[in-house]
Amino acid sequence: MCSYNKGRGHIDMIYADNAATTKMSKTAIDTMVALMNEEWGNPSSLYSRGQKAKEALETARETVAGLIGAQPNEILFTSGGSEADNQVIRSAAELGKKKGKMHIISTAFEHHAVLHTLAKLEKEGFDVTLLDVHEDGLVVPSEVEDAIRDDTCLVTIMFANNEIGTIQPIREIGAICREKGVLFHTDAVQAIGHVPVNVVDDNIDFLSASAHKFHGPKGVGFLYAKKGIRLTNLIEGGAQERGKRAGTENVPGIVAAAAAMKEACESMDEHAKHLVAARDKIIAGLEEIPHSALNGDPIRRLPSNVNFCFEGIEGESLLLLLDQKGIQASSGSACTSGSLDPSHVLLAIGRIHDVAHGSLRLSIGEDITDAEVDEIIEAVKDVVAYLRGFSPIWRDLMAGKKEFIL
Amino acid sequence: MALYSEKVMDHFLHPRNVGIIEDANAIGEVGNAKCGDIMKMYLKIEDDIVQDVKFETFGCGSAIASSSMATELIKGQPLDEVRKLTNKAVAEALDGLPDYKMHCSVLAEEAIQSALEDYSKRSGRAV
Repeated sequence: MCSYNKGRGHIDMIYADNAATTKMSKTAIDTMVALMNEEWGNPSSLYSRGQKAKEALETARETVAGLIGAQPNEILFTSGGSEADNQVIRSAAELGKKKGKMHIISTAFEHHAVLHTLAKLEKEGFDVTLLDVHEDGLVVPSEVEDAIRDDTCLVTIMFANNEIGTIQPIREIGAICREKGVLFHTDAVQAIGHVPVNVVDDNIDFLSASAHKFHGPKGVGFLYAKKGIRLTNLIEGGAQERGKRAGTENVPGIVAAAAAMKEACESMDEHAKHLVAARDKIIAGLEEIPHSALNGDPIRRLPSNVNFCFEGIEGESLLLLLDQKGIQASSGSACTSGSLDPSHVLLAIGRIHDVAHGSLRLSIGEDITDAEVDEIIEAVKDVVAYLRGFSPIWRDLMAGKKEFIL
Repeated sequence: MALYSEKVMDHFLHPRNVGIIEDANAIGEVGNAKCGDIMKMYLKIEDDIVQDVKFETFGCGSAIASSSMATELIKGQPLDEVRKLTNKAVAEALDGLPDYKMHCSVLAEEAIQSALEDYSKRSGRAV
């Protein structure tokens, strides 16, 4: 049996769940606190205190827009990625409906903010096609082209997958949509601040993003909608955000988000270099575990993402034991989600239930050290071996009573 | 509040009676890989008493803890008592389980009942 030390305190744990959320950067925290202390006015107020807050808000909008190649008036601040996804899809659906176009194309492994919105639209009479993402977790552009119909009003495909990290051929898909005259949305929540995104070069009409995925605060996100595309409101009320999103703007959060995004984009290349080396070392290390498999394409994936399936074990117990060893990660196991089914993403790439329950996602941070990489590899190997040691499935597999899947 | 009680964590991190019994005369297996949990219990019954018990489990923290606790509750017990073991007793002995994890304690009860049925078949005696 392996020993479970509690040597690492809460502070010096290895945090490998950056796809869930990131720690706010010092710049973001300092910016937010300064704004809360100094620029606490309502940006809709006429007097100088309000106008100063307004100025900070609009500067943040310029910063965010500039970092993705957009114009400031194409950026709308929201409460996060989910709200942005909801509003964009709802807007495109409304526009389509007016023209009698009620077909939407997406993929089977989108975030639930997209999938559940689409399911709701289906109940309202929309027809939704979910494209295959294949074993490598990648959408094939020609399949998008083939799926487009005369009544297609929107194609919505995520930039990078939140579980397996695969980066989609967004530019090609966008070009196809442009040519066919269909609106194109990308949920770029996992991509912004981590990989280059440019709405002009990448042919994007709509984009969603969330600040807490790039070291900004939670509760802040934004959407980009290409100039001239009419948005539908989700929240009615005052005339904030050009009348498209009511509610007094979270100025400190928004300004901190812009600061965090600027920082993330400026150090993106340097971070990616470091992360890719660490990621690939972890992948190589975990591949040494027998009957394991990397989920998603090994190259076209986020620099921070490692996702594996290990046969014969269950993900929740894996996570609890890794936590004991000072490593915080996540899993697509049903037990960690509170539902009976494992991750829809793993099922979408063809992993069957039996092995999808034994998945591990490590989304490492930019500050990961070589020693921590080694520690992660050792810990995972140790825990997988330990759990297999009393797994009845593993015993049957080893005895030849069952066939290995991986 | 933590997801699991200290008792659950203790039994998960230090499971009791882990392994197999080569000459077990009662074996029960329940659950399936598709659902993400399988429990297998090995019992050695002599003189209508569970002289020894071991388990192997593929599953989440509470499935492992439930198996461990269930083996503790039946070890050394007469079959009359073992038959009466409920999932509730397992969950209570663990100072409770989250609602959506109660099925893990059900699995433990079922694994033991399945082993008793196996014993009955092998010995030709109703238990």
